[in-house]
Amino acid sequence: MSIFIDRDTRLVVQGITGRDGAFHTKQMLEYGTSVVAGVTPGKGGQRFDQRVPVFNTVADAVEETGANTSVIYVPAQFAADAVYEAADAGVDLIVCITEGVPVLDMTRVMPFLREANVRLIGPNCPGVISPGRAKVGIIPGRICREGSIGVVSRSGTLTYEIIHQLSRHEYGQSTCVGIGGDPIIGTNFTDCLAAFEADEMTSAIVMIGEIGGTDEQEAAKFVREHVSKPVVGFIAGQTAPPGRRMGHAGAIISGSSGTAAEKIAAFEAAGISVMRRPADVVPLLQERT
Amino acid sequence: MNLHEYQARALLKAAGIPVPDGDVATTPNDAEAIAARLGGRVAVKAQVHAGGRGKAGGVKLAESPGEARAHAEAILGMQIKGLTVQKVLVVPAAAIETESYVGVIVDRVSQCPLVMVSPAGGVDIEEVAAKTPEKIFRRVVDPRYGLLPYEAMALGFRLYDDVRLVRQAAGIMRQLYVAFLQAGASLAEINPLVTTPEGEVVALDAKIGVDDNELARRPAIANLRDLSAEDPHEVEAREAGLSYIKLDGNVGCCVNGAGLAMATMDLVKYYGGDPANFLDIGGSSNPQKVVTALRIITSDPSVKSILFNIFGGITRCDDVANGIVEATRQVDLDRPMVIRLTGTNEEAAVRILEDAGFSALTDMDEAVERAVALAGEAA
Repeated sequence: MSIFIDRDTRLVVQGITGRDGAFHTKQMLEYGTSVVAGVTPGKGGQRFDQRVPVFNTVADAVEETGANTSVIYVPAQFAADAVYEAADAGVDLIVCITEGVPVLDMTRVMPFLREANVRLIGPNCPGVISPGRAKVGIIPGRICREGSIGVVSRSGTLTYEIIHQLSRHEYGQSTCVGIGGDPIIGTNFTDCLAAFEADEMTSAIVMIGEIGGTDEQEAAKFVREHVSKPVVGFIAGQTAPPGRRMGHAGAIISGSSGTAAEKIAAFEAAGISVMRRPADVVPLLQERT
Repeated sequence: MNLHEYQARALLKAAGIPVPDGDVATTPNDAEAIAARLGGRVAVKAQVHAGGRGKAGGVKLAESPGEARAHAEAILGMQIKGLTVQKVLVVPAAAIETESYVGVIVDRVSQCPLVMVSPAGGVDIEEVAAKTPEKIFRRVVDPRYGLLPYEAMALGFRLYDDVRLVRQAAGIMRQLYVAFLQAGASLAEINPLVTTPEGEVVALDAKIGVDDNELARRPAIANLRDLSAEDPHEVEAREAGLSYIKLDGNVGCCVNGAGLAMATMDLVKYYGGDPANFLDIGGSSNPQKVVTALRIITSDPSVKSILFNIFGGITRCDDVANGIVEATRQVDLDRPMVIRLTGTNEEAAVRILEDAGFSALTDMDEAVERAVALAGEAA
């Protein structure tokens, strides 16, 4: 097993004919993901790359192809609408790669998703990959290898760095989830920890957080109470000055809340082994497993 | 993006919130004229994107138009936290009975807007939250219904006993909520919200922070951006699609991705160095971005060594390599540079760099350690 996606994932790509959507659809197909449909309004009836049927609406795509997962590559101003559309069409999982989605849009999207009982990963995230099974999003397939480490992270390239460290030392991954760096996201650390804890294929968990918010502290509490598997953690932004936004909309320290020191202390109190730098991930896993 | 106080005041006024008269001045003459028109005691307030302007001497009371002129002369051109004051706001210094706080933020935990009030206004609200958290009252707002009248009234009773004041405050909160939405804000606050001896509730100071992701669809708000009030390098970076923040150290960093950029800064510190900046070139493959990035980094005289840390995913390493080569043709590179590249098209990137006489590393720790050592030798 893996979490969120697997060999039975049937993917519809929203924005399949756009620059990013087209590029990454090819990569996902190459990786072996079942991309069963694409959606671009006005391009229904065409085929992408001579093989994937394109539809005008997500509802059409779901009805014709049985798609159960959607990935979104549409521009930021249309991203919230794309999420509503996918949820309404009946997919179980939506992965929103799009960066720059207004936070107020997300405040309205979230209650809609809760009522529709649909999981959203992102926005502003690199997506999910279960090495050897499926890839939904933009995590480079060739840095991953099959194995039993569950990886969950708020970052993009920092996640790649840590996956790279793991793979190089023959620690393969069960699933890697990039949950996104925005203040409001559909799936948080705790959701992923619970899924990894329940996943038979996962033997240990690597959690990569950053400054801003209190999601990591909540996650630490969850680890203490509900996670039996070893957890290794990292917090980026130990040297970031307060009050300045560090690229990610979520990465800002305000007042006494959201500092790296606070998060590291919460991790340590929960029995999470804390890396001081990305290269520590393998030695710490060796200690814990 | 943060708005100036005078801009935030205008948005509140447009939403129907009572705001005292007053105007903004860029010269001592204008400040004097505004004070004369207002009559009586006035406050002259620096308009600058930095906290603690009062402590820095950027807010002064004046008994006469002449004194207002003298204060404006002192405040205009003053440096507050590295930013030059270009404008002052001149407002009447009204008589005040009580000072409260009301604010709207986006709450990450409830994933909803949240209205926050406190009877302890007029001071930094984060200080109140830290020292006397029992004096802060919060209400999560369902974004589908907005702030309902009864919710605003309940919060109003946390501020005042007199129902006439409560009604005014509740009206102001609902107007503030609307202004918050219309500005695409992540924060909108009135601090202090005051009561006057005449029994009026008035917004004396206003602060609005706008979600940068809203600016594309709100041109009127985007136009409020005051480039003269920002660090010129941060402006240049933003216009090139980069994210740059200047720091105090001497290792210039150029990284793709915010998380990796922060981790790189942390690693610089780990090896005993100090990062000169945060710089994220973002996810796209555009050699021109690298050129701009290198120009910004090299224009900082405290930079003693330059560190590239690129993990190719969407970003292609060969594009970054081309950008580095191009940049070194345009910018006179007088400081040592350490390049670490790994991921998409790494082999092509290494070839491009070697042909131009540079070498590239693939290990992050090795690269950071070397950049720190080079900065140390030069310092």
